[in-house]
Amino acid sequence: MHELAITQGIVDVCQEHARGRRVLEVVLEIGELAGVVPESVEFCFSAVTSGTLLEGARLVIQRIPGRGRCVDCRAEFGRSTYFDPCPECGGYQVEVLAGEELRVKELDLDEEEVRS
Amino acid sequence: MCITCGCETTGHEHGHQHRHDDGTVHSHVHSHEHGHVHGDEHGHEHGHEHEQGDASVSRARMTVETDILARNDRLAAANRAIFAQHGIFVLNLVSSPGSGKTTLLERTLKDLAGRFRCAVIEGDQQTDNDAVRIAATGVPVRQINTGTGCHLDAHMVRHALDHFDLHQLDILLIENVGNLVCPASFDLGEHHKAVVLSVTEGEDKPLKYPQMFHAADVMLLNKVDLLPHVEFSVERCLEMARRVRPDATIFEVSARSGAGMDAWYAWLAAGVAGTRNAVKKG
Repeated sequence: MHELAITQGIVDVCQEHARGRRVLEVVLEIGELAGVVPESVEFCFSAVTSGTLLEGARLVIQRIPGRGRCVDCRAEFGRSTYFDPCPECGGYQVEVLAGEELRVKELDLDEEEVRS
Repeated sequence: MCITCGCETTGHEHGHQHRHDDGTVHSHVHSHEHGHVHGDEHGHEHGHEHEQGDASVSRARMTVETDILARNDRLAAANRAIFAQHGIFVLNLVSSPGSGKTTLLERTLKDLAGRFRCAVIEGDQQTDNDAVRIAATGVPVRQINTGTGCHLDAHMVRHALDHFDLHQLDILLIENVGNLVCPASFDLGEHHKAVVLSVTEGEDKPLKYPQMFHAADVMLLNKVDLLPHVEFSVERCLEMARRVRPDATIFEVSARSGAGMDAWYAWLAAGVAGTRNAVKKG
């Protein structure tokens, strides 16, 4: 259940940026290959945000599909696992182009709640 | 505030709950500024908009684009700098519980005694059983109990380092919590993640836990002395491991019989030499 630590990381990032303002909405990007279950993050979110600037915030998770490029034949293709072969040549040497994202993308902040 | 690693020195806000003498409880937020400069990405704000129907809420949209693990990664980079400065070769050993990590470590430490100066960080949820076993080899060891936590993070490792004389070390072996999922996501600042898989666990583990076998560039297939007694195809296992991590360095070993351990030691020696050379050049 490393999603608990991941969700704590979300709170850390948001609080650093919010600088005392209440966070109304958090937009995350979670890649398909990142090894993180979005539902588990949602499950942890309300517990971890309780008593923080994020309490009651809306959580929006954008799932980023996996994408790879074959090192041998340079074909680019969708990749939802680390072990599917290149559909063109069957090789397994695949460079990950997308899908490992684990990012806080945007925040909506309540400007009236600035505290110093 | 932590004075060793700066872990709470990023100038962010903390919420606190206070209980007064009369029993009333209230919480408030305050910010700490520690005059500490760090490599944070700062967000960009796009003006603001007013919510229709709720004039009291004034919203500001902020682009953040910051990795959720940014804080761990910063601390991992700091650990890496410490290892580089002292020329210490560092491995993060990961596996499921019972793969034989501690036995592998015990044998490695005994066989390398007098050749390299080693230390061990032991990660477990509870107990110091493994640390006691390692201490019996005479090697400095520090236990980290994660409680309910399922992995070590860079912050825990940073604090464990305070208990070693880093000038007296060639190799640091970090035995992570036995778990083939969570430790894959957390950089500790190590040179290599080495995954230990034993032949009693089933040959398809690399495909069942691809995140971990992709993250680890070294794999030790342990307990090969048991191969005559179990249904396990080494060939199929290695094929699956290479599908997930084609460039993995793989050792087939038995920490009990000693089979294959010399190749592992030769690889460790090369790693130590490489780390020392980097210090000389630096």
